[in-house]
Amino acid sequence: MNTFRAILWHDVMMGLRSSGGAALSAAFFALIVFLTPFGLGPESATLKSIAPGLFWIAALLATLLGLERVIQPDTEDGTLDLLRLSPLPMELVVLAKIVAHWITSGLIISLLAPFLGPMLNLDVAALPVLMFSLFIGTIGLSAIGAAAAALGASVQRGGIVLAILVLPLNIPFLIFGASAVANVQANTDPSQPLMFLAACTLIALVVGPIAAAAALRLNEE
Amino acid sequence: MRVIAESLAAFRGERLIFRHVNFELGPGDALILHGPNGSGKTTLLRVIAGLLGLMGGRLRLLDKAEKPLTDEARDRALHFVSHVGLVRSQLRVRETLAFHAALLGAPAKAVDAALDEWNLRPLADLSGGMLSAGQRHRLALARLALQKRELWLLDEPLVALDVASKSHLNEVCQKHLDNGGIVIAASHEPFLGDLRTLHLGPRA
Repeated sequence: MNTFRAILWHDVMMGLRSSGGAALSAAFFALIVFLTPFGLGPESATLKSIAPGLFWIAALLATLLGLERVIQPDTEDGTLDLLRLSPLPMELVVLAKIVAHWITSGLIISLLAPFLGPMLNLDVAALPVLMFSLFIGTIGLSAIGAAAAALGASVQRGGIVLAILVLPLNIPFLIFGASAVANVQANTDPSQPLMFLAACTLIALVVGPIAAAAALRLNEE
Repeated sequence: MRVIAESLAAFRGERLIFRHVNFELGPGDALILHGPNGSGKTTLLRVIAGLLGLMGGRLRLLDKAEKPLTDEARDRALHFVSHVGLVRSQLRVRETLAFHAALLGAPAKAVDAALDEWNLRPLADLSGGMLSAGQRHRLALARLALQKRELWLLDEPLVALDVASKSHLNEVCQKHLDNGGIVIAASHEPFLGDLRTLHLGPRA
């Protein structure tokens, strides 16, 4: 547990203190939302109808940003060797890294989102659901991303491979997350898409660490 | 513990880098690996650490009762110190060591002892990015002081060290050997009086 906490702390610090880390991901998210009214015009009905989808697209892209620092730096400087020699199973090492990535991207984004809602004229009633859907959905995005990062770690210019691998798997999150928020605006029940979203996250949290650990072991051979 | 290698071989891709490597090490033994760049010194260390799969031959790590070590027991029995980095510019020296202490399962107070032993106390609050090459390497070597392990695998332990640190490393390794430990080091320079050496690759 001590080792798990240490890896989590290490990665969170790396995320908060590096220039391409948490701050970049949060700024990217905010900028997409902020620029949309300028690009599409201030028509409030238009903005309101695209807001759920746009928030989720922005979140999805923003969480992609930090993925390169989940595993790549560890393979480059030999830390990965020491992680493999640590008593913690590789699956849990990856889980610690997933949680760290989520804290420095998804968590910050979901806390930021309610403040950006008015920019797109999102219903105030939809803000809690937006926040909640991002909160549970982005953990799954981080889990899928970590598995892809582990696969891409041995590849030169792994970043591009990573994005291509991750995007199709992230689409269910986008669909259920956005429709939960849209449901609130249409005065219908958001619980069904939220449950699907939670299910996607749970699957990703189980499969992601196992797949990533397997990929890291394969890397070496 | 004992380390017994019989006719080890290794490939990089399709290319054979060494074969017929034999040695047997018991408590208090040191083996210094020499050889030109790319002759497989690091590869051999990584194979012994279990970080690379065995590609040919037989490698046995036996405990005191002559029983083969399980993978977990092997991980807990060795230190692997590489000349490559480990130092992140975003983390302070003390934070880096504390992270490694946790990876090794060492108590937090071991960090202070390691800082003192490797004369890193004055640097403890500096960020990794401020360190010179030698200081970074000393920080990597300080892992050795965090936790007692029987088998030390050192990859280029002398690189970038100043005279005082070199002699300190020699002392530390000698003490480890006197206590019944084992040291396997890859080095381009003479190390530990070159007690026992193994030459990899073509002779110059």
